[in-house]
Amino acid sequence: MNMNVHEYQAKQLFAKEGIPVPQGKVCRSVEEALNIYAELGSKQVVVKAQVHAGGRGKAGGVRVVDNKNMLTDFVKQMIGSQLVTYQNAPEGQPVHQVLLEEPCQISSELYLSVVLDRSSQTVIFMASSEGGVDIETVAESTPEKIFKFSVDPLVGVMPFQCREMAFLLGLEGKQIKQFTHIVTKLYKLFTEKDLSMIEVNPLVIDASGDLVCLDGKINIDNNAMYRQPQIREYHDPSQENELENRARSFDLSYIALNGNIGCMVNGAGLAMATMDLIKLSGGEPSNFLDVGGSATKERVTEAFKIILADPNVKAILVNIFGGIVRCDLIADGIISAVAEVATDLPVVVRLEGHNAELGNQRLASSGLNILACDSFTKAAQMAVKASKGV
Amino acid sequence: MSILINKNTKVICQGFTGAQGTLHCRQGIEYGTQIMGGVTPGKGGTMHLDRPVFDTVKQAVKSTGADTSIIFVPAPFCKDSILEAVDAGIKLIITITEGIPVIDMLMVKQVLDHHGVKMVGPNCPGVITPGECKLGIMPGYIHLPGQVGIVSRSGTLTYEAVNQTTALGLGQSTCVGIGGDPIPGMSFIDVLQMFENDDQTKAIVLVGEIGGSAEEEAAEYIKSHVRKPVVSYIAGVTAPPGKRMGHAGAIISGGKGTAGEKFKALERAGVQTVRSPAEIGIAVKKCLSR
Repeated sequence: MNMNVHEYQAKQLFAKEGIPVPQGKVCRSVEEALNIYAELGSKQVVVKAQVHAGGRGKAGGVRVVDNKNMLTDFVKQMIGSQLVTYQNAPEGQPVHQVLLEEPCQISSELYLSVVLDRSSQTVIFMASSEGGVDIETVAESTPEKIFKFSVDPLVGVMPFQCREMAFLLGLEGKQIKQFTHIVTKLYKLFTEKDLSMIEVNPLVIDASGDLVCLDGKINIDNNAMYRQPQIREYHDPSQENELENRARSFDLSYIALNGNIGCMVNGAGLAMATMDLIKLSGGEPSNFLDVGGSATKERVTEAFKIILADPNVKAILVNIFGGIVRCDLIADGIISAVAEVATDLPVVVRLEGHNAELGNQRLASSGLNILACDSFTKAAQMAVKASKGV
Repeated sequence: MSILINKNTKVICQGFTGAQGTLHCRQGIEYGTQIMGGVTPGKGGTMHLDRPVFDTVKQAVKSTGADTSIIFVPAPFCKDSILEAVDAGIKLIITITEGIPVIDMLMVKQVLDHHGVKMVGPNCPGVITPGECKLGIMPGYIHLPGQVGIVSRSGTLTYEAVNQTTALGLGQSTCVGIGGDPIPGMSFIDVLQMFENDDQTKAIVLVGEIGGSAEEEAAEYIKSHVRKPVVSYIAGVTAPPGKRMGHAGAIISGGKGTAGEKFKALERAGVQTVRSPAEIGIAVKKCLSR
């Protein structure tokens, strides 16, 4: 899992490293926006809604304004609204902040990104002279227009790699040095801040021929958050699903989906496999939920609460492979959790592993609406039936 | 024979005296694993689980003759622990720890390759050769010595494959959980190569999941190098594409990474795939009786 940050935060990180970005400031109200407008001193400014998703321009979240009235209208319209782009559809994300920037006279748009490549097990840079919005189409139809190089983890980025790429991109004169500077600093940022992706789209050549990062998207490796206090402060929970946030605070891994069968499983792989089997049996899972290795009563109870917070859920399938933990103890946990959340929905439970039979006996004699089952396939079928009220 | 570990494997544990190290080493010892001792800096000279504790891996290796280490050290300190094991001459490292920053693994992987040291994990259940040696957090009792080699990116899903092959009486030669992290030590290909060369292994189960291109690369390898029957299941057909920012991930994956693509690549390589995770065992049995 990776954490996202806002564009203005990415640009703050860029600016600190001396990576060129447009002059600008972020604000949360019309009043602040008017102050920044005066401060920037340019007649025309670009106003960009801040949400954790790409495609903001097409979705109407970016506008060039020429005067105070236009600025006031647009900021009013944006702040507090829900911006839906093709990358965060259908629910969208709330806009709490907008970024005001001085306009940039663009003479051409490039694409530049840094990403971990699992296949070569290195960090790689990708760039294209075909920057702008449709880079995925470029990658698909004309892959020869995307240039890549990989960085030796023990050596770092070398200037020759930057020069090679700069010449391939058709850069010239002072731009070669500027490009080398940007790439070198982006790599420094990537490794020092434990990033998993940086994307600059577009990287522009402005009217005076200088390179400027007009946009910035950054993903951070969640595993490294313990040593990135500054990035931790950038966390904006409003951009994430509320139930997913709640789950995270209990160390549960939860992703909301559109179906009606709630799933509670230990282990991410088995959780995905359980969802697959529900689908194969003709049902639709309402979520992915990994309760982790220790399926204790507290965690199971919290997991039930999170699943039941989704009003679409019609049945719940619990699939636990009791490895180290005994199944009879897990069964006790499930019984008291079901009793505590007082749900009337059918709960199908499949326990496998140590003391599974004893666990199933406990479940069967609980007097609650719990259906115990010792087969993975049958359990999925039972849950699908139950969700259809059969 | 089995692969990677057997009854003669001498092991030390880094993070021996911690809660996880203690729990799983105790179970390993009960299973018959030769855990010779462990390392906890500052506790050298004491005893734990009736075995000596050392301050450094070098001392532990020198005094016990171990060439394998199992690591339970917390994630922030794991890079250091793995590099210490490499420096002390350990030849096989099993890193159970979950949550190691990717940037740390980038460096670690280079050093492992440079020194020719094998590492399983991180973020994995470990390795077991049934009836001989258990190095990890898997429940030992579900395993049965036998003929199926299992390699998997997922923990509990591996147990599912083990359980099914045990129930059908096929048993396992060795089970390797390579872990779910973006940069693993050993890859599917490394383990497939060992299973192909192992006499005890008659069939191979490969359990994959969405993301990355490890399964596609494994499929390429199987097509040209593996003669033994391979059964495969990929978890995540129903997983949502996930909210994303930007395009870099999509460009780099270039259409790879979905369960559908992985199934196709494996089928093209002659692998017997199953769409239901409950049918892994039956599929292996069919392959073996052909």
